[in-house]
Amino acid sequence: MSKMINLTVDGIEVQVPEGTAIISAAKKAGKNIPTLCYHPDLPATANCGVCVVEIEKSPLKRACCTPVWEGMNVTTNSHKLRELRKTLVELTLSNHDVVCPTCVQNGKCELQDLAYHLGIQASDLPSLLEKKPIDYSSPSIVRDPNKCINCGRCITVCAQTQTVFALTLDGRGFETMVTTSFDRGMANSPCVNCGQCTVYCPVGALREQTHIDSVWDALLDPDKYVIVQEAPAVRATLGEEFGMNPEEVTVGKMYAALRSMGFDRVFDTNFTADLTIMEEGMELINRVVTGGKLPVITSCSPGWIKFMETYFPCVAENVSTCKSPQQMFGTMIKTYFAEKEGIDPSKIVSVSIMPCTAKKFEAQRPEMRDSGFQDVDYVLTTRELIRMIEEAGLDFKNLPDEKADNLMGEYTGAATIFGATGGVMEAAVRTAYFVLAGKEMADLNLTPFRGMAGIKEANLVVPLKDGGELPLHVAVAHGLGNARKLMERVVAGEVFHFIEIMACPGGCVGGGGQPFGSSIADRARRGQSLYKEDAAAVKRTSHSNSEVMKAYADFLGEPNSHKAHQLLHTNYFERSKVTGDCVKAVTHKH
Amino acid sequence: MYEEIFKKYTPEKENLIYILHEIQDTHPQQYISEEAVEWVAEYLQIEPSHIFGVLTFYTMFSTKPRGKNIIRLCESPPCFLRGSEKMLKRLAQLLKVKAGETTSDGLFTLELCACLGVCGNAPVMMINEDVYGDLTEEKLDKIIASYTGGEK
Repeated sequence: MSKMINLTVDGIEVQVPEGTAIISAAKKAGKNIPTLCYHPDLPATANCGVCVVEIEKSPLKRACCTPVWEGMNVTTNSHKLRELRKTLVELTLSNHDVVCPTCVQNGKCELQDLAYHLGIQASDLPSLLEKKPIDYSSPSIVRDPNKCINCGRCITVCAQTQTVFALTLDGRGFETMVTTSFDRGMANSPCVNCGQCTVYCPVGALREQTHIDSVWDALLDPDKYVIVQEAPAVRATLGEEFGMNPEEVTVGKMYAALRSMGFDRVFDTNFTADLTIMEEGMELINRVVTGGKLPVITSCSPGWIKFMETYFPCVAENVSTCKSPQQMFGTMIKTYFAEKEGIDPSKIVSVSIMPCTAKKFEAQRPEMRDSGFQDVDYVLTTRELIRMIEEAGLDFKNLPDEKADNLMGEYTGAATIFGATGGVMEAAVRTAYFVLAGKEMADLNLTPFRGMAGIKEANLVVPLKDGGELPLHVAVAHGLGNARKLMERVVAGEVFHFIEIMACPGGCVGGGGQPFGSSIADRARRGQSLYKEDAAAVKRTSHSNSEVMKAYADFLGEPNSHKAHQLLHTNYFERSKVTGDCVKAVTHKH
Repeated sequence: MYEEIFKKYTPEKENLIYILHEIQDTHPQQYISEEAVEWVAEYLQIEPSHIFGVLTFYTMFSTKPRGKNIIRLCESPPCFLRGSEKMLKRLAQLLKVKAGETTSDGLFTLELCACLGVCGNAPVMMINEDVYGDLTEEKLDKIIASYTGGEK
């Protein structure tokens, strides 16, 4: 246990471990010190100066990066500090594109909030903003240098949490700007589209490339048949945004909202999450039994896939050839559904609601056209869905609980937990165990895979139905920094059988398309909600999904059949670390 | 083409600036190309975006091709107070370029820089390795002519 330090914050005595920053100690004393660049999930960079505090017998210090000392006497709010903070924020505003009413972060903007709380009214400082072009190059993320306040959070999360290194500071002094290497644009950088920068950006300078207008247009077009799927993480998030109990999973209201917005069919990505488990589970079993390439690594997270293609193409043959649930859904809609319902697939507009910005990139990958069309036409993030619900004037909280449509709407608890880190592993193990052992697991809860530890490992022993047993060493990593560490171990030759990777900390509930400011604590809570829904579900294993079984019986044949391979599996490429462009194909599905 | 330079330095991060200087100094257009950054990134095992940040932070480095003679006009406060803005205007007029640009004949690149350490002679500029102080518009005309008239 580390040494404890005693200090006084605004007259309140607190005791904290040695090395604690003043800002955290103040929190313990019930004092919130205003900040702009500091975020509790990220290391302090001390860029903005807003957290300045007075300390007895010491010059002014920044609370985010100054560790406490014994007997320290801190004042967090005084006339002097308020004036200093005001000046700093006014200077920031003088070089910021102040277009609050039309900004996607309006109402959730930390700068707006700070200006309000510091009582800044009309600033005396004229705007010095020189407008620079907005970077729309990426299919996922828009970078707006006019709103950027150079707080550096995006660079920190990109380089340190995700180890992607897409963003950097260009220039110095007043000309400093966050950009990509050689200002080539996000699309021509190693950016993997994970969107963590958009979640941590305090001011809306990084945001998703929106598809809202295109989706409204499709909904209004009488010739189009518009179909929607929603990822599991979305339903764990909507409640908190609409003033409900944040722990509530709002799946029924989500269906009702989508139906009243005019979608012709409301299905569920969870259906293809179960389908993914059937395909990926069989792939795992085949590879283990026939001595194929191990470990099998999951492929659901498109941010991880681009990261792997860029930094670890050497493991591409380990990665499951399964498309992600979103893409399986897209292909199945324009083939299976279209055939069943006799609808011309060219008239189908396939929309997905995702907690993810990388899904926008994934949907546009040229190989994602196995239905003969772009399999998924538009991807909306959770944030965009919330804006559309607001736009449609729906009273979300009081909507009735509805059900998804039949054919591709059924799902099990195994699919629900896809949204949390460790969920795909848990779902896959449930089904693989059933196939190998010939019976269900006695306890379906695989707790070693749950929770927010960066890398989670377990040694499983699966009894085989013909006698004998199969030991499996498996691991789960979330956040690309953790994925990198785990991949380095794989490359070094450590033996694993199965690995789940999710690009975002916390898994999809912490995705780049989730509400601005989603903290690690928010992500953990959303994950818990999904596990609760799983525990309450009647069916908790993917192989018990009757609509998935029907899809195999009527259309696909069996898991990993030739047809399933053609429609539900994909290829990977090696990419340039500099531009993100494809260098060559490294797997060959067909 | 960079191997000769790499041979002189161990692949450690600390050597980044020295390597970049050598690459720039040996390039006929006195700059560091995107391709060079990729090579250095590979050699030192650091990310290209990090090198780009370093290159743009230090005004001594250029990421754009430059002319034969590099003019660095000081824009620090002492020179500013003694009329560096006027000198910039005059230079821009003489050379038909803005700060940061290269003349169409490739003879000059006009740059602004931080303090050159001879504030007693403000306003000051450097052309390549030579320092020129106590600048006036007339003096500027003569200095530039000395570079355009005969080869220096």
